[in-house]
Order: sequence, then C-alpha cells, then structure tokens
Amino acid sequence: MRTIIRQRSIFNHLADIEANEHNMIGIRELTYRIGKKELLHNLSFEVKSGELLAVLGANGAGKSTLMKLLCREINPTSGQIYLRGCDLQSYKLPELAKQRAVLSQQNTISISFLVHELVMMGRYPHFDQYPAEADVVIVKQVMVETGITHLSGRDYNTLSGGEQQRVQLARVLAQIYDCKDACLFLDEPTNGLDLRYQQQVMELARSLADRGYCVICILHDINFASRFADKILMLKEGRKVAMGTPVEVINCENIHETFSINVKLMPCEGYSCPLVIPATSNIN
Amino acid sequence: MNKKTGLTLLFLLLLMVAVMVLSSCIGAVKISLAELLAILSNQSGLTDHTGFKSQQAAVLLNIRLPRVMLGMLIGAGLGISGAGIQGLFRNPLAEPGLIGISSGATLFAVLMIVMEIIIFKKLTGILGFYALSLAAFVGACLTTVIVYRLSMRNGKTIITTLLLSGIAINALAGAFTGLLTYLANDEQLRTITFWSLGSLGGASWETVMGILPFILIPVLGLPFLSKSLNALALGDAQALHMGVDVVMVKRIIMVLATIAVGASVAVAGVIGFIGLIIPHILRMTFSADHRLVIPGSALLGAALLSLADLLARTIVVPAELPIGILTALIGTPVFLYIIITERNKTKI
Repeated sequence: MRTIIRQRSIFNHLADIEANEHNMIGIRELTYRIGKKELLHNLSFEVKSGELLAVLGANGAGKSTLMKLLCREINPTSGQIYLRGCDLQSYKLPELAKQRAVLSQQNTISISFLVHELVMMGRYPHFDQYPAEADVVIVKQVMVETGITHLSGRDYNTLSGGEQQRVQLARVLAQIYDCKDACLFLDEPTNGLDLRYQQQVMELARSLADRGYCVICILHDINFASRFADKILMLKEGRKVAMGTPVEVINCENIHETFSINVKLMPCEGYSCPLVIPATSNIN
Repeated sequence: MNKKTGLTLLFLLLLMVAVMVLSSCIGAVKISLAELLAILSNQSGLTDHTGFKSQQAAVLLNIRLPRVMLGMLIGAGLGISGAGIQGLFRNPLAEPGLIGISSGATLFAVLMIVMEIIIFKKLTGILGFYALSLAAFVGACLTTVIVYRLSMRNGKTIITTLLLSGIAINALAGAFTGLLTYLANDEQLRTITFWSLGSLGGASWETVMGILPFILIPVLGLPFLSKSLNALALGDAQALHMGVDVVMVKRIIMVLATIAVGASVAVAGVIGFIGLIIPHILRMTFSADHRLVIPGSALLGAALLSLADLLARTIVVPAELPIGILTALIGTPVFLYIIITERNKTKI
C-alpha cells in the first residue's frame, strides 16, 4: 500500500514538473485558512509568461489573500505555488526579489524620501551598498515610462495620492526591469488614479506582458479587465467562479455569481468583449 | 560610496574630531592646542618632555582624555541605536528611552546596587564593571522584548500600542526603581542619583575599555543594515518583496541597539534625548537615507554628547552638572519642535 502511495506521489511529482515547465506560475489546490474561516478554497490555475491575468471579485472574495500568498507574505494552509516550476518556498528572498516585484495597495512611508531615492530602492536587490551605472539608467528609464520625471526631486510625502501611486509603480518596475521574464503582481494598481493615468497604468501593464513579463493584477473595473487582460479569474468567497479569456468568462451569469449584481452587456464596435454596465434594477 | 554621503560623513567626522580636541583642551586646567600636541607626541615617544607642564599631562591623560573618550563612545552608541530604533519601528518619535530600554537598564542597575548582589561585590575592577553592565544589559533586553512583543500583531508593529506599552513599562520600571530607592541607604542613594541623572564623572580608562566592545559592535554592525532600514521605511510587506528578511533584520537591530544602550546606561546612567534628536537633526539637515543617518548618528552623537559634557563640567565650575539634566534641557524643546512640525505636516 505504502509503495503504491509513494509511486503515485512520485508520479504526481513528475507530472507536476512537466506541467509546470511551461507555466510561469502554477497554483495547485491552494487553500488558506485562518482559524475555521476559509479564505481561499482549493484554488488551482496557471499563468504563462507573456500573460496578463486580471483577478476580479467582490470585497472579501480572497483577492488580496491570493496576492499575499503569491508574494510569500503568508504561507498556504495546504496546496502549492510554483514559480518557474519550483516551489515558491524553495526560493531565497533576495533571489525571489530579482524576478518578482509587487505593487501593494497601501503605501505609506514612515520617513520622507525624495522620489528618485524611492524609485532607486527598487534596485536594492541588485546592488550591494551603492548603485551601479546601470541601476541609475534603469531608474531614469522607468521614471520616463511612468511619467514622473518631473517629480524626481520632490518629497514623496508631499505628493498627491495618484502621484504616490505612480512613484510606487516606478519603484516596482525598476526592481524587475532588466529581468525579461519576471513576474509582476499589481494589487489594484489603478487605485486613486484619474482616468488618464488608470489607462496609462493598464497600458503599461499590457506592454510589460507583451514584452514577456507575467503580470497578475487585481482589478475592480470589469471593462478594464476585459480590455487589457489575456485571462480573467473570478473569485467568490475564496472559490473560483470562472477563469478564461475575457470573451469566455464575461457574461451576465458569471458576473451575477461573482458580485451578486445584475448587469447588461453591450457589444461595442472594435472590441471583442462586450462592455459591462449596471442594469437598472441592481439589488438582488 | 555616493559622493554627497561621503562628504557629509567626512564633515561629521571632522566635527567630531574638532569637538574632541576642544573638550580635551578646556577645563579647570587649561591646555592649549600646542600643549595638547606636545603631550600626545611625548606620550607616543616622538618628542621629549618639552612644551607642557607635568600636571597638564597628568590631567589630560588620566582624567580628561578617558572622559572625552567615554563621552564619544556613549554618544555614538546612543545616537546610532536611536537611528536604528526609529527605522525599525518606522516611527521618527521612537527612542530607546521612550520605549523603556533605559528605564529597564536603570532598574536592573539599581537592583544590583541596592541588593548588593554577592557576585557583584566579589568581582571588582573590569569584571565588576562588566557584571553591572551585564545587569543593565539584561534589564534593557528584557524591557525591549516585552515592549516589542506587546506592540506586535500578525508580524506588524502597532505604533500606538508600542508607545503605550513603552509608557506602561517606563512607569512600572520607575515604580520599582522608586521602591528600591526607598529601601536604599545613604551611600546607595547617592549612587542611584548618579544613575537617574546621568554623568560621565565615573570615567576612567577602565570604563572606556569596558564599554568599548559594547559600542564598537553596534557602531560597526548597524551601517550594514542601512539599506534594509530604507526598505523597511516603505513597510514590512514592501521590504519583504524587495528581498529583505524583515524578521531577521528587526532582531539584529533590536539586539545591537540594546547592547549599546544597555552598556551606556551601565556606565553613565540615563542620558536622554541624544538617541531621539541626533537622527532628526541629520534627517532635517541632510537626507533621510539610512546610509547617511546610521553612521552619521554615531559621529554626530559622539560630537554632541562630548560638547554637552564639556558644558556640564565647565558651566558651574568647580561643581559639575549631571549631563542628563543638560541633554534633557536642550532635548525637550527640540522634541516638542519635532512633535509640532509632525502635527503640522499635512499630507496633500
């Protein structure tokens, strides 16, 4: 009996390795529990490099918990997370930092730093005490890409919420800028940004995915998700409602299941996926 | 090294050396710069006994120099641990005294004095000094661990809880110290007063050598954590994402700061506000980068404490003021100024 189990586990292990070779991130039967409360239940999915995955879900659906597990801020109760086919736990922290960057939701800093100092912090995993020439070049580059060059000499704490968000994005981008197939996790990156910058941030995320990055992004706006993401994962109470391309998953049933609201879908010229707008009677 | 940081540190180093020379020269027995150099070169065997009086040499070598050295070491230790602790707690108002390290160290030192613990009595000289240092150190560690544990939840430090537990522990340690003071005899009472007010009067080469390792290890060790402290300023999670082993870094800083503060309190009593204001002065005048603030706090702390001690022993000649009084007199207005500017700093 024991031999059979062992053989099976070896077989499973080999299958895991094979399956994960092509995936940047693999999630297997992931469950996270605090006490008796189950925040994530038996979640499995894969993300390839070059893909942008949008995670949708109501408040408390487990999106942020999933993000924390992916970042290794917390450890799963059961199940595994694979990065490039290796268990996330097997990575050393500095090693992980060179191939995975995270934009968190809350970014208050305790001590006033200048914007360019803060962006340079993104390069910390790459140098010992003081930055090399290449790090300085990358910092300048990401500041151009995120449109914050003019804020370079400003004190971070005097910036507006939207500006702070862009500075943090620049820092996160700097961290993995020269690793061409790194992972980028964005927790509601459009928070606090006006329409123009929301779009700019999502376009940036899209272009990073096109460059080969693996981008996982928590979003609230369904239309943004279907416009920019390759795949959408819909979560409800820690369980997967649906996952697939926007065309596959964006429908009234899934949205009703996920958010408990009624919506209308409106086909739009030039877009493969219909627009989602609230239905007249919304509360169910 | 970054050019600007390098220049700033060089400036602070020169400032420290200047204060060191000034403190060595000024006092009841005056020594000019030329005489100082003559004594030092004579001492190192380079020149003959010329250009100074024997009395001046005796005062400099046996009284003043150890005292200046001790002031430097303690100032460096308090300054650098203040900077480390402020970075660690992500709070510019944190200070070794505020979170109870000093009061814990004092309580244990006073406990040693009043209880006249047998081991302490038997050990004299360097060993005896180390025993007292050890007691103060244990007290410092204990209070740090208690306050740190109380203010942690899910791996995060809650600032309000931290400050409140600091106040509570301070009050508790103060109450016990008060109780011990009540029990103490006259001779012990005088020693206790020395602890609570702080003084470098007990300086000798013995105390300097005794405290040296306790200060040197944190002063040399903490700068290596500057980058991690910068990352920590963004938040625990953010630092973790940047590859910083947050738990380990916090532990090391806690231990190093406690070593320095515990040893300082052991030889000189409670000298308040140095740990609080030094990092602030550096942040306000130069930069918030810990790669400057950490080593800079050691240098500026050394300079300012020596300067304060110079005032303490010259302002009311022939008596001398406890240095703790002086640093608190200067420190309190600065502390209030910081609180007010923090309050007025509205986030746009």
